[in-house]
Amino acid sequence: MNPFHYSKPDSVRDAVHLAGPASRFIAGGTNLLDLMKENLTRPEHLIDITGLPLREVSETATGGLMIGALVSNADLAWHPLIEQRYPLLSQAILAGASPQLRNMASTGGNLLQRTRCYYFYDASVPCNKREPGSGCPARQGLNRIHAILGASAQCVATHPSDMCVALAALEARVHVQGRDDSRIIEFADFHRLPGDAPERDNQLADDELITAIELPAAGFSAHSHYLKIRDRASYAFALVSVAAALDMNGPIIGEARLALGGVAHKPWRDQHVESWLVGKAASLETFSAAADAMLQNAEPLEHNAFKVQLAHRAIIRALSDAAQGGQA
Amino acid sequence: MSATFPEAAQPSFVRHPIRLTLNGQERELALLPWITLLDLLREQLDLIGTKKGCDHGQCGACTVLLNGKRVNACLTLAVMCDGAELTTIEGLASGDELHPMQQAFIKHDAFQCGYCTPGQICSAVGLANEGRAQTTDQIKELMSGNLCRCGAYSNIRDAIEEALPNCLQRGQQGGAQ
Repeated sequence: MNPFHYSKPDSVRDAVHLAGPASRFIAGGTNLLDLMKENLTRPEHLIDITGLPLREVSETATGGLMIGALVSNADLAWHPLIEQRYPLLSQAILAGASPQLRNMASTGGNLLQRTRCYYFYDASVPCNKREPGSGCPARQGLNRIHAILGASAQCVATHPSDMCVALAALEARVHVQGRDDSRIIEFADFHRLPGDAPERDNQLADDELITAIELPAAGFSAHSHYLKIRDRASYAFALVSVAAALDMNGPIIGEARLALGGVAHKPWRDQHVESWLVGKAASLETFSAAADAMLQNAEPLEHNAFKVQLAHRAIIRALSDAAQGGQA
Repeated sequence: MSATFPEAAQPSFVRHPIRLTLNGQERELALLPWITLLDLLREQLDLIGTKKGCDHGQCGACTVLLNGKRVNACLTLAVMCDGAELTTIEGLASGDELHPMQQAFIKHDAFQCGYCTPGQICSAVGLANEGRAQTTDQIKELMSGNLCRCGAYSNIRDAIEEALPNCLQRGQQGGAQ
């Protein structure tokens, strides 16, 4: 780890005024300190935001919830209002990391996790995400864990978060404070596809701080399911994950949300598929057709073609479990 | 590896004063910002019960209780622990009387080499404080952050299963607030 300066502001305003291109905000630190130990990121200044008043979970005027950016992943997953109204989010959080890491990791920081692509994590090899223009060894290398959707010639990395897959399905909004302005970013717009700038994971500017995540009222609590497929039973990143959420009118689908993790540079949604599901009967045929459509543009690499079939089956299972009210 | 730079080489980096309660004792320290909690414990405070396994938050050998909650000391900056109550494996016993979780690990022979054991025990006490493990499967899932390369898992699970009710009766332990 490189030496760095440290400060601990006690207001959001002070925090964003301290921030710049060579600084990083730190809360849980579970990913940032790991990246610093590997010399993958070398900030000159860490701004400790754990003293900021961003730990509340409160009701919004529109029937949703406002989650402070510093609420820990464990506290959020086990918050009574989240368990009752947004079980999809609770399940997704508990499917990720370990109990220790969930105690440490913050809500805001979860969005800012970097990929676990092993070439990104190896400072001795090129990586366009780490050093723009240096190349992507994953495309022709070991790419079993990499993206099958939305990748570019420059980058085939996936986003590692489980929580974000649920937040995408729930259409959360990201509240952000910069030096001059605050803004609200729709979750679908927050993370980027790699394109020709894979070094940028998301839309945040250097001085912007995530202050809260807003959940809309619709929590799909009666019919949602988070399914995570990984190489071992616990404490591993997703090969494929599916957040499925439905509103059911008897056997007919009233509204549908479907987001995939482990397959792209960001949680993957296709609103055409979600719209197509509305009005259909919840059946194996319906869900199979939805899975076909979700994956029709998949471009697997040498070692991850299995993900296409795995995702296909996982989509059907997650939608089926959601339709049956599955909480598994 | 965490760095311990000669101070003469970086005159502009300041030590930050922190105060914490460590195993029941008030401590005042002045720390360079890049020292992890794990390195502080082992290298500066001579508390070597907390182990360095992977140093990347993957193995759980460095698990300690920060304000009663289990965390990975290797991914925690010591300077960020100002005002905290910290319990390590050295702080669980009451005098000569071992914590119920320690007793259960001995009774069930829940280790071979013992390197992961302090982290396993601190994690299990954190598990008890959380109150979320009601079944054997829940214990297994909620102990997934602690690896045992000897593979003593079945005995570790048995020890925790037996000790959990005692820990709950005893009330929150290990620095819980």
